Amino acid sequence: MTKEKFDAIVVGAGMSGNAAAYAMASRGLKVLQLERGEYPGSKNVQGAIMYANMLEAIIPDFRNDAPLERHLVEQRFWIMDDTSHTGMHYRSDDFNEVTPNRYTIIRAQFDKWLSRKVCEAGGTVLCETTATGLEWDSAGKAIGVRTDRAGDVVLADVVVLAEGVNGLLGTRAGLREMPKSKNVALAVKELHFLPEEVIAERFGLTGDEGCVIEAGGTISRGMAGLGFLYTNKESISLGIGCLISNFAETMERPYALLDAFKRHPSIQPLIAGSEVKEYAAHLIPEGGFNAIPRLCGNGWVVVGDAAQLNNAVHREGSNLAMASGRMAGEAISIIKSRGGVMDKASLSLYKTMLDKSFVVEDLSKQKDMPSLLHTNSPNFFTTYPQLISHAAQNFVRVDGTPKIEREIATTAAFLRARSRWGLVSDAVRLASAWR
Amino acid sequence: MKTAIAERIEDKLYQNRYLVDAGRPHITVRPHRSPSLNLLALTRVCPAKCYELNETGQVEVTADGCMECGTCRVLCEANGDVEWSYPRGGFGVLFKFG
Ligand SMILES: Cc1cc2nc3c(=O)[nH]c(=O)nc-3n(C[C@H](O)[C@H](O)[C@H](O)COP(=O)(O)OP(=O)(O)OC[C@H]3O[C@@H](n4cnc5c(N)ncnc54)[C@H](O)[C@@H]3O)c2cc1C
Ligand code: SF4
Repeated sequence: MTKEKFDAIVVGAGMSGNAAAYAMASRGLKVLQLERGEYPGSKNVQGAIMYANMLEAIIPDFRNDAPLERHLVEQRFWIMDDTSHTGMHYRSDDFNEVTPNRYTIIRAQFDKWLSRKVCEAGGTVLCETTATGLEWDSAGKAIGVRTDRAGDVVLADVVVLAEGVNGLLGTRAGLREMPKSKNVALAVKELHFLPEEVIAERFGLTGDEGCVIEAGGTISRGMAGLGFLYTNKESISLGIGCLISNFAETMERPYALLDAFKRHPSIQPLIAGSEVKEYAAHLIPEGGFNAIPRLCGNGWVVVGDAAQLNNAVHREGSNLAMASGRMAGEAISIIKSRGGVMDKASLSLYKTMLDKSFVVEDLSKQKDMPSLLHTNSPNFFTTYPQLISHAAQNFVRVDGTPKIEREIATTAAFLRARSRWGLVSDAVRLASAWR
Repeated sequence: MKTAIAERIEDKLYQNRYLVDAGRPHITVRPHRSPSLNLLALTRVCPAKCYELNETGQVEVTADGCMECGTCRVLCEANGDVEWSYPRGGFGVLFKFG
């Protein structure tokens, strides 16, 4: 690398980095993007549901050539105990619209595609290059990054930190704290391959329709966590994640949890006969609004998971990453076109845009949700699921016991497990955190 | 069904693609007499089972199967038990699907 200077350096070619790089390159800025993986996506893990609107805002005609798996027509929410699940299924033909709203994707393929768009827009993407630190001038402004390529320093007016949840640069430079164990979940995931027709038959799908399951309950063994099953074209993504603090307390093995989830009688038939081709692990930021760090400073901005912009309650992250990356890129382009310097004051334009958007709006709406679920995890993830399962079974089973006796037994079980006060307090706290 | 045998982690990691940077481990454990609770937890919580207890009661790391998730960094970097970096560009785990 020569000592040429760039308008912007983007660290990371994930969802947020690609959005930022594209936004700037397509507006004529000279952009260098660094990615430590062999190719964009080779280090990234997701469920993965991709929300169309946020990508459409970047690449309106993405449906022409983006690698999409299935568009979702059905969503299942399951509350599980050891032998059963009680579920809500929402399926609607409305989702079979001309421009569907949600798709499943495979990250390695998707990231490669989005990165190709960055290149086509004129950005320079350098893979197999790890940024090892930020470079500062004497006035405390970030002026570039060091890389592990022959210790080179590359210079730019501004650095976009799109390094993901486990970003080293920002934490090492003291721009933000290291994620706390109670604010990040560890998720493990497997990819199960099955013939397309088998998936279609098992889930009642035609064409490229897709179905996803989100599952909570005793599968997380009292920890705050959720399992998921997403249908791709010829594979099923299956995973489970729980807070790191909970893992450390319970000493549960993540892969044992995943194996038990796979063997659950409600899940097992859905993946029977599949061939597993990959096992992956990744962190998810779960701290929500209260964990968002400083978003910009002199010569730098932070986007996506690195800024904890992740809505764990709704399982959204890639869309917040794309949106925040795009806004950072737009803000930088605007400042550039005005001939401004990339200091803290001018870059706060990015924060202003973000604050006005759904990204911060959604996160602030549910800012108390993470701590509620995390401090009450045994109730929400073990006691209630067991009670709900008993209640459902009491309702369904016909064995000559009078109905009234069954209803009394159900109520008594709830009260025994949680007390009237406990039930009311959980309900009120849940409702107010959600509101 | 209820007594199915748990799969071995080695078999899971075998599915994955890695480019190991021989002789340059990206994670090191600080020498210790007896492990802290968090360091000990890694022998169970690391999703790739990279951490193991040796015969004399110390925790050791073999990062070849590491998926670079960062769990051990979150639990053990602040107190100095573990020193954590990303592998050199291009090395480490290479997800085919992710
Ligand atoms: C199991 C799981 C399931 C999920 N499911 C969903 C879902 O269904 N829907 C959804 O919307 N979100 C989901 N998410 C969240 C989503 O994956 C993230 O929010 C999103 O990927 C964040 O994008 P990002 O660009 O900020 O970070 P990432 O996608 O993590 O990208 C960071 C990039 O930076 C690179 N990098 C890091 N450090 C350096 C460095 N020093 N030098 C060079 N490159 C570097 C990395 O290699 C990587 O490519 C899920 C996450 C997980 C783990
Ligand atoms: S980064 Fe994750 S996979 Fe690698 S050693 Fe640490 S905990 Fe294990």
